[in-house]
Amino acid sequence: MSAATKDFKIREFPVEENPKEHYLNAASGLKSWLFTVDHKRIGLMYLASIIFFFFVGGLLALALRLELWEPARTFMDADTYNRVFTLHGAVMVFLFIIPSIPAALGNFFLPMMLGAKDVAFPKLNLLSFWIYSFGALFTLYSIAHGGVDTGWTFYTPYSTSTGTAVISMTLGVFIMGFSSILTGINFIVTVHKMRAPGQTWGKLPLFIWSLYATAIIQVLATPVLAITLLLLIMERTLGVGIFDPALGGDPVLYQHFFWFYSHPAVYIMIVPAFGIISEIISTFSKKTIFGYWLIALSSLAIAFTGFLVWGHHMFVSGQSELSTIIFSFLTFFVGIPTGIKILNWVATMYKGSIDMKTPMLYAMMFLFLFSIGGFTGIMLGALSVNVHLHDTYYVVAHFHYVMMGGTVFAFLAGIHYWWPKMTGKMYNELWAKIASVVLFIGFNVTFLPQFVMGSQGMPRRYYSYIEQFQTLHQTSTVGSWVLGLGFIIVGIYLTISLFSKANKASSNPWGARALEWMSSSPPPHHNFNHTPVVLHNPYDFHKPISEFRLGIDGSDNHHEHTEVAQTQPAEKS
Amino acid sequence: MANINATPGESHLAHHFVDSEQQFDSSKLGMWIFLVTEVLFFGGLFVAYIVYRSWNPELFYMSAKELSTIMGAINTVVLIGSSLTIALAVRAAQLNQQANISRYLIATILLACVFLVIKYFEYTSKFAVGILPGELYTYTGIDHPGAPIFFSIYYMMTGLHGIHVIIGIGLMVYLLVKTRQGSYNAAYFTPVEITALYWHLVDLIWIFLFPLLYLIE
Repeated sequence: MSAATKDFKIREFPVEENPKEHYLNAASGLKSWLFTVDHKRIGLMYLASIIFFFFVGGLLALALRLELWEPARTFMDADTYNRVFTLHGAVMVFLFIIPSIPAALGNFFLPMMLGAKDVAFPKLNLLSFWIYSFGALFTLYSIAHGGVDTGWTFYTPYSTSTGTAVISMTLGVFIMGFSSILTGINFIVTVHKMRAPGQTWGKLPLFIWSLYATAIIQVLATPVLAITLLLLIMERTLGVGIFDPALGGDPVLYQHFFWFYSHPAVYIMIVPAFGIISEIISTFSKKTIFGYWLIALSSLAIAFTGFLVWGHHMFVSGQSELSTIIFSFLTFFVGIPTGIKILNWVATMYKGSIDMKTPMLYAMMFLFLFSIGGFTGIMLGALSVNVHLHDTYYVVAHFHYVMMGGTVFAFLAGIHYWWPKMTGKMYNELWAKIASVVLFIGFNVTFLPQFVMGSQGMPRRYYSYIEQFQTLHQTSTVGSWVLGLGFIIVGIYLTISLFSKANKASSNPWGARALEWMSSSPPPHHNFNHTPVVLHNPYDFHKPISEFRLGIDGSDNHHEHTEVAQTQPAEKS
Repeated sequence: MANINATPGESHLAHHFVDSEQQFDSSKLGMWIFLVTEVLFFGGLFVAYIVYRSWNPELFYMSAKELSTIMGAINTVVLIGSSLTIALAVRAAQLNQQANISRYLIATILLACVFLVIKYFEYTSKFAVGILPGELYTYTGIDHPGAPIFFSIYYMMTGLHGIHVIIGIGLMVYLLVKTRQGSYNAAYFTPVEITALYWHLVDLIWIFLFPLLYLIE
């Protein structure tokens, strides 16, 4: 990179408030959205899609909870119940939570935080959205054709023999896997190659580090899910028999393959959430993040360790005792980088000027809920306890505390944090706080009783239960209604904020230091009207904000890319 | 790292890159990462192979004898040759020799087709005696309770590899059309370079498949 050493002048670029031209009005019409290569618009399309599927999955969850009101039939029969819990799991995992933070918020903010005009491969980015939509169509098709009753894990041999729409469902998941892989490749290359001048790896926002770690998991784990599901599809269509004992195969191999992806996949779900929390806690404590490198590298450590622990899902599958012990031992290692993160976040808040705005409130809830989810995960990783708790509601409560109390609360934190930047509008702070409290209460009322039920032996996925669990089940169901109410409130005030005219957001309402806040709200078509230059760490709150708005003097980020006749081919060795 | 001195006037340069070098490096890195995903994709099948072979070593020995080592060996030579020709196509692009890019691409496409034709004859000769994947397996020549499993893995591995060969042919036909239009030269040959990377991986996977499936002793 000889040319990179050339001298250039930098100056401060003031941020335009309430810009007349921005990415939302740069073009109009349906086509300008569906065929856009702008990462911000693609991010918003992802956001709309995943919110839709969160709604679908949420309705399914409400139906499940309602059915469990009575030990016997409440309003649906057992077969329907099996399909509903399978769909709830599959929709929430593959259509909502895996693309949620990386594909929606990540797409929008990764290039902005790097000072780039776009991701490295904008067309691939659009393709990845289309692949996701195409895969989602398959899923909707299988819902329309009777659904699937295997559980979201599609375990063989049941998944190869059940009469439900397993092929279209797994084909949908297979296709969406490519979307996930392409997003991962795009993010890795963008972080490596598209950083602003001056932005070294040590000056990357921690959200970028977490997306980078996530992208590595996506790229390494998803292909294994692809081949697994392909083998499952071949097993159903051609009877290939790789998982069928009658033809010399082994169903436990399916579980190994599946969890080799699906355990790292839970880190695809949670690691980006860690990134959001890092951003928010530092911003609302007005304080440099404590242990920058520890937080950054612990994301990579989690990504690495996550590949070595899949066997802890299979303690009762008949795998050897030795491998069970090793997997249990390795599982505890995941707690170390995770604990490092929690400690650093709390240390960041210590003696900070904490401002309890809605995003920070969600971040606090995240810390509380995720810690419960994390510690119960350590409990489940302990062998003797696991045999008792395996496939009980304890497991259900554990992963909902991690996935919903963790990822979904962090996702809500992120949406509220970046809402003014994405839309240029500010939501109603009071209603946002009320909704967050309603969600917090609803969440705990729903899932705390499930820990109790699980430890007393209530198995997961059961249609009926013995009478002693009825009070706990009913409490949980009431909690699910409170949760539903909370999401309705969020939906209402966010929608209102979009359409009301009075509440324009400023370019940096939280006084943050990362690059995305040094652009107008909403940002221009190419994110910045100049080429940004980075001098400081994004959490250097003790430095004047003018030093975070630097750019190359004379650069205009030319919005109209002019086609010039091809020049003579240069010498290249 | 981003280079801030834009060199305008290169029509292949996408709007979001600073210069050709950044664009070329990005594409190449992206392709390498994609190849990693390919390795893991096939990796699942290699793991299945390892597991079932370690459980049934004698079955794999008996089954491998059913495969034609000669045809597999010819195909190995053909694919290695095609790797050479596509590498020469990249070289021709770097040296700005337009006609040679086309020639070497055509040679690579032809070799890939030869590979598929030989594969076709291999498959049909197996189908004829009832060696089919999984449930469809009716061959009685191998006396082993788990007899179909070797050929299930064989068909999955070689079948997926064959699909990759077909995709590669498609990519090279596209390159050929673009080369004829004069799209590639010493300043811009990224698609040729990254397709060559892909093709080398397809070749490399076969180099692993051949001994594992055909040459078991």
